[in-house]
Amino acid sequence: MFFRTWILGIKSLLLHPMRSALTVLGIMIGVFSVIALLAIGEGVSIKAQQDIEALGAENIIVRSIEPPNDSIEFSFSAREFGISRAEMEQIRVIPTIAQVIPVRELRLQFQYTGNALAEPRLGRLVGCTPEYQGINRLEVDRGHFLTHPEKQATVCVISAELAKYFFPYEDPLGKEIFVPAKKNRFSIVGVLKEKTATGAVGGSFSGQDFANDVYIPIETMRRLMGDLEEKRSAGSFERKKFELSQVTCKVKDVKDVPKTAKIIESTLRRMSPDREDYGIIVPFELLEQARSTRIMIQLIFGLVAAVSLVVGGIGIMNIMLATVTERTREIGVRRALGACRRDITRQFLIETIVLSVVGGCIGMALGVAFPVSAEGSKVLADWLAPEYYERIPTYFREVVPVLVPWSFPLAFGISVVVGVIFGLYPAMRAAQMDPIEALRHE
Amino acid sequence: MGKAVEIRDLTKHYVLKSETVKALRGVSFDVPQGDYVAIMGPSGSGKSTLLNLLGCLDRPTSGSYMLGDENVAQMTDDDLSAVRASRIGFVFQSYNLIPQLTVVENIEVPLYYMGKLDSRAKERCCMLASMVGLGDRLDHRPTQLSGGQQQRVAIARSIVNDPEFILADEATGNLDSVTTEEILQLFERLNGEGRTIIMVTHEDEVAEHAKRVIRLRDGHIVSDERNTDRVIAKSSAENVATEDVESAVERSESPATN
Repeated sequence: MFFRTWILGIKSLLLHPMRSALTVLGIMIGVFSVIALLAIGEGVSIKAQQDIEALGAENIIVRSIEPPNDSIEFSFSAREFGISRAEMEQIRVIPTIAQVIPVRELRLQFQYTGNALAEPRLGRLVGCTPEYQGINRLEVDRGHFLTHPEKQATVCVISAELAKYFFPYEDPLGKEIFVPAKKNRFSIVGVLKEKTATGAVGGSFSGQDFANDVYIPIETMRRLMGDLEEKRSAGSFERKKFELSQVTCKVKDVKDVPKTAKIIESTLRRMSPDREDYGIIVPFELLEQARSTRIMIQLIFGLVAAVSLVVGGIGIMNIMLATVTERTREIGVRRALGACRRDITRQFLIETIVLSVVGGCIGMALGVAFPVSAEGSKVLADWLAPEYYERIPTYFREVVPVLVPWSFPLAFGISVVVGVIFGLYPAMRAAQMDPIEALRHE
Repeated sequence: MGKAVEIRDLTKHYVLKSETVKALRGVSFDVPQGDYVAIMGPSGSGKSTLLNLLGCLDRPTSGSYMLGDENVAQMTDDDLSAVRASRIGFVFQSYNLIPQLTVVENIEVPLYYMGKLDSRAKERCCMLASMVGLGDRLDHRPTQLSGGQQQRVAIARSIVNDPEFILADEATGNLDSVTTEEILQLFERLNGEGRTIIMVTHEDEVAEHAKRVIRLRDGHIVSDERNTDRVIAKSSAENVATEDVESAVERSESPATN
């Protein structure tokens, strides 16, 4: 009996295969777009979250910001800015903080005198402590990272890219990196594994590219280079003085992070109230923000997709209303042969449910294939029109859609609910027909 | 013999905007089991209204309607549906088969709404299809059948639930004279087997086949008499047998033109 009702519904729908297929298409697109849009949203927010997590949720980063050089007048005095070592010591005594890690960065040319073919390369000279490795999740390929006993030594650790560039056929360990601007040499004690650049997070913090880094002990850097930087180029002469580029504070307990950030801020402000030459980045707060952003993204995408489902539902309703009118005579006959109103409602409702369930299932199947087909279409776009493909921002090219498991029952559920809601009115209209009138209908 | 239908003072009034149309003004008659009644009358006589009431598609304004031993005059919509499914067999002028169903499935429909669809029912439907001469077309769709064949499916459908009576509404109105004769013979055969038939028609030639003719005019019964010059004499002399029905099938092979 039960199956018969369903088979009957399918039979009736197959009487107009084209019409039924188009109606199914509406629901199918709706379900697919719910799944696909949520997958894109998830991909975007997972990427953002990974970028933030790379900074470490338990860390608070205090970063020196160089004020814009807007003075036209020629000056011999150096511009002073940034976090000082004294300030770092103040931060160090905050009880919730486990570690403070000072970093000083310089942009310089590197050279390897043993390889005449390799031009000097511009990179980052990073003065740091051994703890720097942990907070930036740097992995050592060969040798070792800087150690405490080496804190005064003229040693360095280089990135995988630099190692490949300067030492394509040699073992870099034991060789020396030359810094022409400072006339210093550092002997290599370690080579890192490749590390992808972190994204720019939160606006105040530019992305970090670890590709051309050379790491030396910060005390060595201070001893050899001092705090003063001079830059000469055609027509300009610039002097600047800064003690630290960044102080990363590792908090003992993640839940103390927001509180600690406030303490750091007030500590720094108490020492020098009107300064704007540093910024405090709290990845934990960014993470919290990213989480709420993620909910927003999902909500907006979900709404957009839901609208297309509703449009599909209106399609169902439209078709069913037409069907009911067209089959008025059949309704009259069925009523005469003993169908009560409930039977008629059920009959038409089943037809709409069949339409929406079939549409929902096909939509879900397409949804499962979406991440693969998205990757495929990227490859295809790159192959067909590489010049246009390259104009797409890297960020979008790199986003990988991630299927959200709950989007499947959600989309399917909505499609069935839409089918029932939009099928109910035509079905009830069919059931409310007077059998005598319906029988007379031509 | 028991009564299939007992009607007393049946009236039906339709309220249209300002006036009340009295379609039936007190109609009383009985139909004993096994009777074959033709209801005749010009348009506006209340013929269709009486048909709707007899078919339990509508409720009378007043009066009583005993179907077998049950008063169906003031039943609820759902109860009337159940009565139609189990106790009345409809045959319509335009056959009214359901296009997406096969011959057997069309015959099954009343059983489906009675909730009595089982494997035995299926057998019975096939048997009925053979009885009306369509045993070799069980899986055909209505569109693949001629008018006469469709009407025979409809007749098979009307008796599948063993109804109190068959209610035929201009059952031969869309058929040519040869096919009309075949269908009427089929009705007579069913009547001969003891089935009660109530037939609404406006054709005297068709009414002649009935045992009894009730004539309506302006909502009243103007005459109710036994058919003396009944064609049945001729038919029964020929002794309508299955062979005849089978041969009738052969003759009506050509598709319907309506």
